[in-house]
Amino acid sequence: MTSIDESLGAPDPVPDDADDQQWADAPVAGWVGAAETSEGSQELTDRGATDPLNLLREQGAVLRLPEGVAIDPTDIDIETSEDETMIINLGPQHPSTHGVLRLMIELDGETVLRTKPIIGYLHTGMEKTAEDLMYVQGGTNVTRMDYLSPLHNECVFAMAVEKLLEIELPPRAVWIRMLMLELNRISSHLMFLASNGLDLGSSSMMFYGWRERELVLAFFERVTGLRMNHNYIRPGGVAADLPDDWRDDVLSILDVLPDRLEQYDELFTGQPIWRQRSEGVGVITKEQAIALSATGPILRSTGVAWDLRADMPYLAYDQVEFDVITGTVGDVFDRYAIRLNEVRESIRIVHQILDAMPLGDYRIQDSKITPPPRSRIDESMEALIHHFKLFTEGFTVPAGEVYVAIESPRGELGCYLVSDGGAKPYRMHIRAPSFANLQCLPVMMRGGLIADAIAVISSTDPVLGDVDR
Amino acid sequence: MTTTSPDVEPAPEATEAPAPSRHAGALVTVTYGQEVLHPSLDAYLETIAALQAEGFDMCVDVTGVDYLERPARHLPPGVLPERFEVVVNLVAMDPPRRVRVRVQVPEPEATVASLWNLYPGTEAMEREVFDLMGIRFAGHPDLTRILMPEDWEGHPLRKDYAIGHVPVQFKAAPPTR
Repeated sequence: MTSIDESLGAPDPVPDDADDQQWADAPVAGWVGAAETSEGSQELTDRGATDPLNLLREQGAVLRLPEGVAIDPTDIDIETSEDETMIINLGPQHPSTHGVLRLMIELDGETVLRTKPIIGYLHTGMEKTAEDLMYVQGGTNVTRMDYLSPLHNECVFAMAVEKLLEIELPPRAVWIRMLMLELNRISSHLMFLASNGLDLGSSSMMFYGWRERELVLAFFERVTGLRMNHNYIRPGGVAADLPDDWRDDVLSILDVLPDRLEQYDELFTGQPIWRQRSEGVGVITKEQAIALSATGPILRSTGVAWDLRADMPYLAYDQVEFDVITGTVGDVFDRYAIRLNEVRESIRIVHQILDAMPLGDYRIQDSKITPPPRSRIDESMEALIHHFKLFTEGFTVPAGEVYVAIESPRGELGCYLVSDGGAKPYRMHIRAPSFANLQCLPVMMRGGLIADAIAVISSTDPVLGDVDR
Repeated sequence: MTTTSPDVEPAPEATEAPAPSRHAGALVTVTYGQEVLHPSLDAYLETIAALQAEGFDMCVDVTGVDYLERPARHLPPGVLPERFEVVVNLVAMDPPRRVRVRVQVPEPEATVASLWNLYPGTEAMEREVFDLMGIRFAGHPDLTRILMPEDWEGHPLRKDYAIGHVPVQFKAAPPTR
C-alpha cells in the first residue's frame, strides 16, 4: 500500500504555494503573455473570496472607485461577515430586467450591498458582422442594436459614413431625419413610461404607454414600411420621401399626445404612492455620473444640462428651440420626470419641424452613392448600371477614421468608423449608451432595498440589444 | 468617390496643419475637423491625465482597432504604426469639445495602461476591448470577459479570427443522414 501511495506521489505543496504567491504579487504581470483566453469569473464573488482591498474599493462590484472619489471608505461594511449576506441572481430571465440582463446582488437582509451586472446574453457580434457588410447594407445591421430607437442607430451610422465621404445632405433630408428622430424619441420614452409603470405596479400605465407608442409606430410603418428596424436613414439621405399626407398623420399624433401626457401626470406625477416609491430611490450624484461615463437622462437627472442636441448640435438642431430638462436629486423620480418632459420637448420640436420642412430632394443626387429613382431604371441604361453596381458592389468610402455622436433617448450614441477605402467598413464600433449607463446600477442600488432595485433598473432604461450588440 | 475600383490606393485622409503640433504632450492631427492625439505607449497615461486636468471630465468611449490587414494608415511623422490601436474619446463639457486619443499598441504583449484610475467609467469599456480585441489593460481591477462567455477562446474582433461561413450549396447537398 505504502509503495503505491509513494509511486502516485502526494502533490508537492511547494509549487502550489509558489504559484499563489506569484499571482498575488503580480496580477498585472500575469496577464502579459498569458493564454489567449481568460476564464476569469465574470460573476460576483463571495464576500470571503473577495480580497479586502477590492471590497473596500467597491461600492458596487463594477464601480471600484479610486479612493479619492469613493464616498466614504468606512461605509463599505467591510466588517459584515459572509454568513450575514446572501448573493442572489436577478435574471437573465426576469420580466423586470427588460430583456436578458442578469444582476448578481449581495443582500444583507433586504438591503443591497453589492451589485454586479453580468451581460452578454444577447451578444451577437454585430460589430464583427458590420465588417462583412457593405455601407449600403450597414443600416440593416445597426438598426437592430438599440431596437427601441432604431432610427438613431441608423442616423449615427449614416452620419459617420457621410463624414468620411465629405458630402452634404439636401435640407429636406436633414429635416426628415430630425422629424423621424424626434418621433422615435417620443416612442422610446413612451415605452419607458410603460415599462417603468409596469415595474412599479401600475399595469394600466403599461397599456397606455404601448397604446400611444403604437400611434408613432404606425406612422413609421407608413413612412418606412416597417414598425421597427426600418433601415430608413441611409448614407446620403433617407430611403424614401414622406408620404403625401404625412403632415396630417403627424398632427394627429401631436393632437393626442399632450392630453395623454396630462393623464400620466395625474396618474403618477402628483400621486403620493408613486412619489413615495420613486423619490430618493437610486440616487446618483453628478460627480459619480460623470466619472462613470453616464449620459442621457441619468446624467441630466443629476442636474447636468448635457444634451448633444443643444451642446454639440448636429443635423439642424441649432435651428429649433427646445429646453434641456434636468433634475436636481438624481433619483428614480427625476429620471421619470425628465423622460416625461422630454416627450413634451420633442413634441415642441416636431411642431417646429412641421413649419420648417423644406421642399427638395430627400437624398443626395449622386448615382455613385444613392440609387437612381425606380422609374429611371426602365428608361436609362446608365441608371440601370448604377443601380446594379450600387447593390452588388456598394460604394467605396475614402480611407480614414471618424467618430460621430448623437443624442439617443438613452444618451450619447456614437459611431467610430474606420475605412480602408473599400466598400465595407474596416472597423465599426458603436458607443452604446446603455452599455455605459449600466455601470451606474451598483452605485444607485447600494444601500437600497431589493424591492427598489426593480425601480432602479427600470429607471436606467436599458435596452439589452444596445448593451450586448 | 471618384473611383469604384478597389485596386486603386485610397487617398490619404483629409488633414490640415502639416506642421506637427502638440497637445498634452502628444502629436496632434486634425481629421475631418476632429482633433486626434497620438501619444506614445509610455506617455499615454500622462497624456490622458493632462487632458483630464485640462477639463476633459468624461471618457465616453474606449475601443480598439486591429490593423493587421491594413498596416498603412494616416499617422503624424514620428509615430510608428503597430498592429493594435486603442482609441479613447474624451469630452469636456464647458465649453463643449471633444478629443480623440489614438495610441499604438504593439503585439505580442498588446498591453496598455488602464484608464480606470482616472475614469472609473472605463471599466466596462476596457473589459469589452479586452474581450473582443485581446488588448490587455495593466492596472484594470477586473479584466475578465464581458460579452463573450467566460470559457471562450480567442478574441472575435481580431482580423485573424474567422467570421465563419455556411457554404452555399449550388448543387443538391448530400443528405446528412
